[in-house]
Amino acid sequence: MNLPFQTPVNDPVNVSRRGFIAGAGAGALVLGFGVPMGAARAQGAAKVVPGTRVPAFLAIRPDNTILFQSPFAEGGQGVWTAMAQIVGEELDADPAGFTVENAPPGPDYQVVFGQMRITGGSFSVRSSYATMRKLGATARAMLVQAAAQKMSVPAGELTTEPGRVIHKASGKAMTYGELAPAALDMPAPANVALKDPKDFRWIGKRQARLDVRAKSTGKAQFSIDMKVDGMLHAAVQHAPRLGQTVGKIRNEAEVKAMKGVHSVHVLPGAVAVVAERFWHARRAVEATQVDWAEAVGETYRPMPADFSTEAFAQYLANYQGKEEVAETAGDMAAGFAGAASTVSATYHSQFVNHAQLEPPSALARYNADGTLDMWFPNQAPEMFLVEVAKASGLAADKINIHSPLLGGFFGRHFIYPHGTPWPQALELAKRVGRPVKLIWTREEEFLRDPLRPMAAVRFRGALDAKGMPIAIEAISVTEGPTEGIADKRAAKLDDAALEGLTGKKYALPAKRIAQVFVKSPTTLAYWRSVGNSMNDFFYETFLDEMADKGGQDPYALRLKLLEGNARLTNLIKAAVDLSGGWKAGPFTAPDGSKRARGIAMASPFGTETAAIAEVSIADGQIKVHDVWQAVDPGSIVNPAIIEAQVNSAVALGLSEVLIEEAAYKDGLRVARNFDGYPILTPDRMPRVHVRIVESGAPMGGIGEPGLPAVPPAVANAVSRLVGKRLRKMPLAGFA
Amino acid sequence: MIELTINGQKRRVDAESDTPLLWVLRDDLGMMGTKYGCGVAQCGACSVLVDGSVMRSCVTPVEAVAGRKVTTVEAMEKDPVGAKVVEAWVKHQVPQCGYCQSGQVMAATSLLKQNAKPSDADVEAAMVNLCRCGTYNAIKAAVRDVAGLEKKA
Repeated sequence: MNLPFQTPVNDPVNVSRRGFIAGAGAGALVLGFGVPMGAARAQGAAKVVPGTRVPAFLAIRPDNTILFQSPFAEGGQGVWTAMAQIVGEELDADPAGFTVENAPPGPDYQVVFGQMRITGGSFSVRSSYATMRKLGATARAMLVQAAAQKMSVPAGELTTEPGRVIHKASGKAMTYGELAPAALDMPAPANVALKDPKDFRWIGKRQARLDVRAKSTGKAQFSIDMKVDGMLHAAVQHAPRLGQTVGKIRNEAEVKAMKGVHSVHVLPGAVAVVAERFWHARRAVEATQVDWAEAVGETYRPMPADFSTEAFAQYLANYQGKEEVAETAGDMAAGFAGAASTVSATYHSQFVNHAQLEPPSALARYNADGTLDMWFPNQAPEMFLVEVAKASGLAADKINIHSPLLGGFFGRHFIYPHGTPWPQALELAKRVGRPVKLIWTREEEFLRDPLRPMAAVRFRGALDAKGMPIAIEAISVTEGPTEGIADKRAAKLDDAALEGLTGKKYALPAKRIAQVFVKSPTTLAYWRSVGNSMNDFFYETFLDEMADKGGQDPYALRLKLLEGNARLTNLIKAAVDLSGGWKAGPFTAPDGSKRARGIAMASPFGTETAAIAEVSIADGQIKVHDVWQAVDPGSIVNPAIIEAQVNSAVALGLSEVLIEEAAYKDGLRVARNFDGYPILTPDRMPRVHVRIVESGAPMGGIGEPGLPAVPPAVANAVSRLVGKRLRKMPLAGFA
Repeated sequence: MIELTINGQKRRVDAESDTPLLWVLRDDLGMMGTKYGCGVAQCGACSVLVDGSVMRSCVTPVEAVAGRKVTTVEAMEKDPVGAKVVEAWVKHQVPQCGYCQSGQVMAATSLLKQNAKPSDADVEAAMVNLCRCGTYNAIKAAVRDVAGLEKKA
């Protein structure tokens, strides 16, 4: 995936000590590093090279524990632990002694390829790995210099062991905590040496996660848990269709008289109740009877009153429009003219919700000194700072954005117009003159959660006399998430629309991959693995369809198409080996059930993956027994976290291919809670087997790559089991 | 005023009798470990123990627990069974985002309090809370470990 996000402004704001002080813990005296505020402001942000100023990231306390300001949000993907491993490795400090926080906005933290800050695109570790190693090494060099002065010995005679600088000749040693105040004044060396990877003590090891105990004892605090003195609670009722406005509240007097109600507010496209308790606010806002007025003039993606997803799927399948080519190779005309046989089919994906378990919330507090504090879940603090500045009319340096732990995200917490509660919380806090925490109920969340796009893909394939594919065409009728969020097409195609149809590594002599743009009536979003979440399903299942047509085994066919590609040949063989050898089936399992296996590959987010799924059908339901997945991210930081992320991605991929569909009828969401929009339950979780292959290729992502190969592996297995191709997610018609 | 016993302490709250226990815990008592996920007893993030049995506090009116013992995740480390569950959660590195895990720990503790040696079928029947991060296999391994069902390492 390219960078589908705007480059954030590098305002010289909020290079702040607040995070350090707040995070230092009650009573802890921070004598360690701290941001040199005067120097930072005098320098000007234009000169800040992201990821280089040690004091912006690290505070070492007298007790030798280390506070690290993370440029990345922790939402379950394990990035805080990974950061501690990477920085700790070069700093020579045990990652287990790190406390990690989400850094406030600031130019130091624009470390994604040195130019932006997002937690997304599976970019975090791979885009900042070199920067963070160098940061750790720089901090270590500063500590060594400080020790050289204190001990009056040449720096060259000093070594470190975890948390200490050692002078072997004299036996002297000082802890990092003792050295930290002096180290702050040391010049940062320009070129520090990095460790030889063969000497790594923590990188590449199964380091325990730093956040697990707090998350097992209810101590972890999410946005929804934030509270401040004098705070009121708010709940909203959104218009059933986006674009509608409040015409009239029919029972405002009664609502105002309900227990605990502070005030009732008309907001754009919503009514809100502010109350002493959330339950009061919720009950009152749900009792509010509103006459909704239709959208007038130009509004953001108004929902038509007659929209239905079922009809939209047919519309996409049949729509003939301009084909904009994203990828092409070889001679398509010759391929089809000379084909021994051809196959064509239309495939479908569905809208899906993020369905992160933490409902969105936002807390806004205007302060007496003219500043504003906001707490809300976000994957990009600086980008939200710009938006909050616009919405509040305040200068950016008057705004403090707090970014607590994310209770799941999967792409949910980027900037989505009308898709997040913070603008409503901000407006309500302004109106009532007190801090306000707004929670979207699950029902309001499912109504306004922007969705993973829907597509219909028209495929054509040509095969030679031996049954081998020689040409493939995929025309995806869809709208990409980036162009959907912007509500405007860019000069070039939205890469996120077709990734997974594009970027396939199979050596087919001719291919043509194109988009036919159709605007979606819904709001759209990034969803874990973005375009790959559906496009690898399309491609890999159609590839099996071509294999069937040509009488080829799907594994043998893939091996043939990967000839000369050592990395992917090795990877697919690793997946097959992990599964105990390839057997497509159908076969009878020891328990008497009839089963089959399917295989698929994907190349998402810089990582290569191959997955195999074993399925049966019982009581009219698909049962996935095992998923074996081999992943090659090039090189790794923490194998335990990778295994956990693959498990997680398998679960979401299965949920998508087996169960989920955000359906609309008559312009309304059919289901607005988990009763009507079920997600994968524990009884449907298969055994997951992971093999990590480190090919040494450039480092790829981990949070998302485990997903895309799973839906097609399952679909291919079910199609083989039932003897007919299934071309739509969620899978249906198999019983 | 309703009198409650939460984690062994008597608490008096000024809430209407039909207020869900979840919101009394969170907003009246400031105990944020119990989570709101769906409000309709579908996800289990709000699970607490009432007289040792797991209940979904988002649909439990506070009046229904007056005079009964309510235990929340905040007390788990001091509960003999809860402490074992927490240690198993840490050992098996269960949580990812962590949002559902308070409820998962409560569900596991309820099961193991009532049945120290549950079968796999018992575990499957009891552990039904949703987890969007898909930590189900790790949850199962942790519960089986406490139950003595895991293979010895």
